[in-house]
Amino acid sequence: MSAPVLEVRDLRKAYGAIQAVGGVSFQVMPGEIFGVIGPNGSGKTTMFNSVLGQIEPDAGEIRLNGADITGLSPLELNRRGVGRTFQTLQVFGKMSVRDNLIVAAQEHKGSMFSRMFAPGDSGLGPKADELIDLFRIRHVADKPAGSLSYGQQKLVDIAMAFMSEPALVLLDEPCAGVNPSLVGGISTLLKELNARRGGSFVVIEHNMDFVMDLCHRIMVMVEGTVMAIGTPAEIRANKAVLDAYLGN
Amino acid sequence: MNKRNVVLAFLALAALLVAPHFLKSYGLYLLTYWLVFILATMGLNLTVGYAGQKSLGHAAFFGIGAYTVAIMMKAGLSFWLGLPAAALLCFLVGLALGFPALRVQTIYLAFATLGFNTAAWLVMRNEEWLTGGTFGINNIARPSLFGMSLDGSLAYYHFTLGMTIIFAALLWGLLRSPWGKAFTALRDNPIRAESLGVDIRGYTLLSFAIGAAYAGIAGALFASLVQFIEPAPFTVGSSIMMYLMVVVGGPGYFLGPVLGAAVGVVLPEWLRFAQAWYLFVFGTAVVLLMIWLPDGLLSIPDRLRVRREAREASAARSAAAARHGGNA
Repeated sequence: MSAPVLEVRDLRKAYGAIQAVGGVSFQVMPGEIFGVIGPNGSGKTTMFNSVLGQIEPDAGEIRLNGADITGLSPLELNRRGVGRTFQTLQVFGKMSVRDNLIVAAQEHKGSMFSRMFAPGDSGLGPKADELIDLFRIRHVADKPAGSLSYGQQKLVDIAMAFMSEPALVLLDEPCAGVNPSLVGGISTLLKELNARRGGSFVVIEHNMDFVMDLCHRIMVMVEGTVMAIGTPAEIRANKAVLDAYLGN
Repeated sequence: MNKRNVVLAFLALAALLVAPHFLKSYGLYLLTYWLVFILATMGLNLTVGYAGQKSLGHAAFFGIGAYTVAIMMKAGLSFWLGLPAAALLCFLVGLALGFPALRVQTIYLAFATLGFNTAAWLVMRNEEWLTGGTFGINNIARPSLFGMSLDGSLAYYHFTLGMTIIFAALLWGLLRSPWGKAFTALRDNPIRAESLGVDIRGYTLLSFAIGAAYAGIAGALFASLVQFIEPAPFTVGSSIMMYLMVVVGGPGYFLGPVLGAAVGVVLPEWLRFAQAWYLFVFGTAVVLLMIWLPDGLLSIPDRLRVRREAREASAARSAAAARHGGNA
């Protein structure tokens, strides 16, 4: 059996008397799409932000391909091959779509000093075009990202996370605020990216149909702890999960 | 750069070469003064407009550059040693001033840089042994270039024009490199930028340091232009004026400082007819400009383009709706 790409052991984080995350452990395997679901306040985002270096956990260990990454900054995590999206839109509004994609990977090319003399697209134009075609945003590629519709910006936002070909991508509610007609498209895109590039994804999402369709395994969090981990079929059949979260 | 912009650039250069022949000595002095402020505010535009760091201490670097050259020339050293020394010293001090920006932002950063400007100005005013205090330093010579004296107003104007073009071209190249995108990413969304591997600490420090170096070079040119320096041109008030030039021209627009410096340097001269009302008229013009064009003068073409696109999109929607109605 291959080693996990991401391993989280006994992660804990409290805000004063409130235990937001109380001893969460899980593993994400190579090529796996791993879903995280749970009601509001279940600690999903705190767990996510602890893994991504946005907040420092009180205890626990986070390992990426066996190396301890606990407490590393978002910059260091990105350099080690961790990509992410945020719950809210985070594109660079005044830059074109193509430049948004290029800036998402340019810092992986050469040293800071050598980039001062590098061409504007850092040689990333073809790779950006590949993602532009895959995400079907060619018609807006040269427009400022801030001028696009919400759904188009969401696609740009997701595409940016994949530009540097990270080994692990964490997607925080990729369907939030998206028109229902686009949800299926995002699921198809993520499956295609997963099949083509073979990276591992962790997805937080409230849209159950999306998660059940996309993910290989799902973790259910309730009140800062792990209630269940299993395949979509196992989660659907889990009585405790049905009672606490999914309902009938 | 597209063909139209190349033609416009050549026309502008031709105008700048021809203009002095139609000006009297004060007009030529003013034109040179404008070029010096273009150079200084190009640096501030990098810090404020491209990298989004609020700095109200730019006049301090302008002063440090001016005093570095003046003191070195008084000590018998060449202007050509003083100029790089001014740029290097300002680069290093700018790098140091960038550190507060790693901890505080927005108005708090503005106040930190304002405090730095005040401290630097006090050194210029009080350390008489070094700066001459309020008496300043006079008889600052103008340099020679390849044996040609730059003493005359026209020669010094051409020299300043050449320097402005060279450093503008260098900045243009820098902003077209991946660094330009990194600065913009830092300005627009530092948290997202960091998550994409942009070293926001490094780029923040560099934006201050390079911006300061540009002010230092401009200060060195200023010292030899006016040939007498004292602390008054390097106050917090001057920093605010430079900030105003960037904002009026258009922060984050490459040519913003060209227009902004014209408003800050030339407009007050045109408003002399207003006599005692000059500041009132100038202030009102700036207030109106900020209300109608908060992104500066150079945002006008973008605003017109956005309006045209919205009009076209609306027309297309109306046509589609009419077609749909016709088919139904």
